[in-house]
Amino acid sequence: MSATTTASPTTTTPRRTVTERRRPHRAGTIAVYVVLVVIAVAYIYPFLIQVVTSFKTDAEAQQNALSLFPRTWTTAAYQKLFGSSDFPLWFRNSLIVTVCVTAGRVFVDSLAGYALSRLRFFGRSVAFAALVAVMAVPGVVLLIPKFLVINQLGIYNSFVGLIVPLIADAAGIFIMKNFFESIPASVEEAARIDGAGTFRLWWSIVLPMATPALITITILAFQGSWNELSHFIVASSDARLFTLTKGVAQLASGGLGSGTQYPLKLAAAAIMTIPVAVLFFVFQRRIMGTGAGAVKE
Amino acid sequence: MTAVAAGPVRRRKYRSVTRRNGAGWVFIAPAVVLLVVFLVVPVLMALWVSFSDWRGRGSPLAAGVSFVGFKNYSTLLLGGGLTTADLGTSLRNNFYYVLFVVPVQTVLSLVLAFLVNRRMLRGKGFFRTAYYFPSVTSSVAITVLWLFLFTSTGAINGVLGWVGWHGPNWFSEPSGLIHLLLGKLGVQQPPGPLANHGFVGISWWEWLAGPSVAMTAFILMAVFTTSGTFMLLFLAALQSIPADVDEAAMMDGATAFQRFRRITVPMLRPTIFTVVTLGLIGCWQVFDQIYTGTQGGPGKTTLTPAFLSYQSAFNEQKWGSGAAVAFILFVIIVVFTVLQRLVLRERDTVPRRKRFVRGEGGTR
Repeated sequence: MSATTTASPTTTTPRRTVTERRRPHRAGTIAVYVVLVVIAVAYIYPFLIQVVTSFKTDAEAQQNALSLFPRTWTTAAYQKLFGSSDFPLWFRNSLIVTVCVTAGRVFVDSLAGYALSRLRFFGRSVAFAALVAVMAVPGVVLLIPKFLVINQLGIYNSFVGLIVPLIADAAGIFIMKNFFESIPASVEEAARIDGAGTFRLWWSIVLPMATPALITITILAFQGSWNELSHFIVASSDARLFTLTKGVAQLASGGLGSGTQYPLKLAAAAIMTIPVAVLFFVFQRRIMGTGAGAVKE
Repeated sequence: MTAVAAGPVRRRKYRSVTRRNGAGWVFIAPAVVLLVVFLVVPVLMALWVSFSDWRGRGSPLAAGVSFVGFKNYSTLLLGGGLTTADLGTSLRNNFYYVLFVVPVQTVLSLVLAFLVNRRMLRGKGFFRTAYYFPSVTSSVAITVLWLFLFTSTGAINGVLGWVGWHGPNWFSEPSGLIHLLLGKLGVQQPPGPLANHGFVGISWWEWLAGPSVAMTAFILMAVFTTSGTFMLLFLAALQSIPADVDEAAMMDGATAFQRFRRITVPMLRPTIFTVVTLGLIGCWQVFDQIYTGTQGGPGKTTLTPAFLSYQSAFNEQKWGSGAAVAFILFVIIVVFTVLQRLVLRERDTVPRRKRFVRGEGGTR
């Protein structure tokens, strides 16, 4: 009430006193905080429910979905996941694929990005135009096509088939190219005059300077391949090659025995979130910090 | 003297160019090979399959597979059978998904960015983290969580219960929102013209169903998981807007909302454009959530073209049809992106032209 009564005269009087200016400001600030907190609760609460429910019994998960305090704490879901299911295998497979894809992308993207920004060679502009064209193809159109080629190459149901196609990453090359264009070439030229070959130069001068961009590529590649589902669906059918995403997706549609088993499913979902969450909190400043820097680098 | 001196210099220059030439190709070769083998060749192969009668046995390039022209496409678009109805249903479902998700996620992420960008805000880092966190988790994990939250005794219905509303069992409720609304208004039976005429295999009445309750849960999920990413894009753009413009407006007595509406939003237009484009492209490709959550059900109301393409190829061995759906989807994405470009560009040019005319009048 007081805010509205003081606000109306301020618009008519040309000179405002200090108190008059602050009061509506303070009311506005409180409103902003209320809105922010309500939205934050809506964004965080589901994850709290996820973690807490994984420690509930099946029956209590059904009856008391909103409660954050289980009447009986149980680790039955985790025991079942790690004791009598393929979950550890899925986790291992996801780890193998993610580490290989991330390393592969860092290597391939930094090489190609460097070539496109610094090295003059015949066909460079064509290569770059092709890169942009490839980036425009929506991923979902590639579901059937990828299967066709993987099958034709005889790498269906193998780690090669799971990993190598995911290393192809036009967006990462683009990020590396933009980064190299943003740093001065003078250091490299000095090294070149001193007689360093192109590979030496790339390995011992260029890569160390490109650390910020390499971290960006690492974050994107790790998150992307850890969370990937559709590629694994079309590249394999062997149960021994299931990754977490594929395994948990099967679990969601009732893969492991009878009943709804929500604590079990939510435990699996919670564990598969941990690696990306850790990555996110470690590099939080880089991802969130000043957003402008993250995009420009 | 000069000729002797010029010789070695020119030769050295030439040699360094060829070396760089070679190195350039060596450096880019791994990327080119990967992109050609796993992106370009696959698309060409799939294009061939969409024009062939391949049934999934052996190689699609083998001698027994024959060219059938546009048969797969015409069966899908004009055949009138179940295939056509499935395509029409999936297009309708995905259309409503896009129609709701894109505007809501754009507005929400813009508002969130604007709120957490305030200079005097305490706990800035906490709020940004909270809003961004859903974006880093996998779509599979989020879908599992969503299936639990939206059960008939789940958390969402628990919250709705506080205001005395009995929520449905979301993921098994096929009725469309617009149909439900019309039902409340007393329109139970479809009017004749809407029921008897149709488009891509389903009647206009079916087109007007709106997103099903199950699809609505997916729509909420998409907003939940993408608004954080887009908030970061908007934040980056907001931070590049010079503060003096805003301060000048503040001195002139503009309210916070006026400044947001008249200064911030126009200056963010390029970013809004990017967010809408990315949103459109992403929304037309919903697959993971459907695969994990509902497999197209209930009553095919969460069937999307992407999932339909997968299903007809991998489950029903209709590879030609599946590939054709993928390319139809490709065309739709391109058309929507171009349309959106045209719409946003036109809005941009009109005021500028007016301003120019007014300025000219002033000088006379």
